[in-house]
Amino acid sequence: MASSGLELLWVSLPQLGKGAAQTLSISLLGIVISTLGGVLYGVLRTLKVKWLDAILRVYLELFRAIPVLVWLYLLFFGLPIFFGLSIPSFWCAVLVLSLWGATEVGEVARGALHSLPRGQREAGLSIGLDGPQLYGYVLLPQALRRMTPPTINVYTRIIKTSSLAVLIGVVDVIKVGQQIIERTYESVLIYGALFLFFFFICYPLSAASRVLERRWTHA
Amino acid sequence: MSALIEFKGFNKFFGDQQVLNSIDLQVKPGEVIVILGPSGCGKSTLLRCLNGLEVAHSGSLKFAGRELLDKDTDWREVRQQIGMVFQSYHLFPHMNVLDNLLLGPVKVQNRDRREARAQAEALLARVGLLDKRDAFARQLSGGQQQRIAIVRSLCMNPKVMLFDEVTAALDPEMVKEVLEVIQGLAREGMTLLIVTHEMAFARAVADRIVFMDAGRILEQNPPEIFFTNPQTARAQQFLEKFSYVAALPKTTQTKELELP
Repeated sequence: MASSGLELLWVSLPQLGKGAAQTLSISLLGIVISTLGGVLYGVLRTLKVKWLDAILRVYLELFRAIPVLVWLYLLFFGLPIFFGLSIPSFWCAVLVLSLWGATEVGEVARGALHSLPRGQREAGLSIGLDGPQLYGYVLLPQALRRMTPPTINVYTRIIKTSSLAVLIGVVDVIKVGQQIIERTYESVLIYGALFLFFFFICYPLSAASRVLERRWTHA
Repeated sequence: MSALIEFKGFNKFFGDQQVLNSIDLQVKPGEVIVILGPSGCGKSTLLRCLNGLEVAHSGSLKFAGRELLDKDTDWREVRQQIGMVFQSYHLFPHMNVLDNLLLGPVKVQNRDRREARAQAEALLARVGLLDKRDAFARQLSGGQQQRIAIVRSLCMNPKVMLFDEVTAALDPEMVKEVLEVIQGLAREGMTLLIVTHEMAFARAVADRIVFMDAGRILEQNPPEIFFTNPQTARAQQFLEKFSYVAALPKTTQTKELELP
C-alpha cells in the first residue's frame, strides 16, 4: 500500500505540478495586484476627498458583504450575458481575487497610515514636501513596516481562497487532485498531499509575519 | 522698515468657536516676538496659520509684501522660508539624522547633496551634535531630538523660524540646551516667533511680548514693560500666577518619610 501510494504520487507529480502552477500563478498575480491596489486604496482613503471616499467605501462594502464565490460566478457567468464580455476563467479568478484582496490589503494600509502620528505629516509639510513626496519619503515607508505582518496574513488567505477558482473551471491543484481521485479512489492520499501543499506554502508566510511583528514592535 | 509679516483683522474658527479674533500683528525683519498667554488662547494656532497648517477664515496675512490668504498661494514655497519647530520634534523615525536634515534641501530645493550635507554638518556641529549624524531618533534624548529638529528647519535657509512650545515636552535639564540654540539664532538676527511658557527665557530673548487671551491680542510691549508694568488686568493676573509659583515659600519638612 505504502509503496503503491508513493508510486501513485510519483506518477501523478507532473499532473499535480501543472495544477500547482495554476494555483500559484493565480495566487501570485492576485497578491501582487492586491498589494499595489491596496496601497493605492489606503493612500486615497487618507486624502479625505469626500466623493472619492464615498466611492471607495461602496467598493469596500461590496467586497465585504458579498462572498468571493458569488463574485466569481457573477463576473464569469454574468459578464458574457449582460455585456457580451467573456473572460477566461483563469483571468476571472485573478480579477476577483485582486479586487477582493485589494480591499483587505487596503484596509490594512489605511489603518497603518492612519496610525502614524499626525506630527509626521505636519513635519513633512513644514519643510515644503508636496503630497507625493510626503507619502513617498515620510508616510509610506513608516506605514509599510506597520502593515507588513497583517498583509502577509492576507496573502495566505488569498492563496487559500484561490481554490474557489475550481468552481468556474480553472484546473488548479485541487481540480487535478479530484481528477486523480476519480481515477484511483485514493482520496486520503491525494487530499493529504494537498493538505501538505497548502500547509508548506502558507505556514512559512504566517511564521514570517509573526517574526516580523515581534521584531518590529520591539524595535 | 516695512513689516516682514503682517496680520490684519485676521480671524480663524474651529467649528463655531472663534480661536483667533481680529488679530493685528506686524513683525519686522530680525525681530524676536514671544507670544504668551494661557492654554487655548490661540497662540499655537497663530503660528500654524503662518505656516499654512491651519487655514484662516478672513482677514489678511502678508509675508514679505505678499498676501498669503489668496487661493493661489504656493504654501510649499512659503514653508521653505518660514521654518517651524514643534513641541514633540517629529523627526522622521525611519531615517538617520543626516537623512532627516537633507530630505528638504535635496528633494524640495533640489540642492546638491554634497553642498547641503556640508551645511547640515556645520549646523550639527554648532548645536553640538555632529557625532550623532548617523543616529536614529530613538537613540537620542528629547533635547537632542529637538536640537536636530531645529537644524532640520534651518537647513532650508528660512527667513523666519516659528517655535511652538518647543521645550514643553522636555525634561527640565534639557530645556537649557534647546533654549541656547534659539538664543543664538536671535543674536544672529533671525526673525523669530516663539510660543513658550518659559517666562525668564521670554524676558531674555524677546524684543516684544505679545500677550493673547481667548483668541485676541490684548497687549504688545517690550519685555521690560510687559513684565514690570502689564497694561491689562488679564496680563497682570497671568503674570501673578507665575510669580506666585516662583515666590512659593519653602515648606519645612516636619516628618521623615515613612518607609514601609
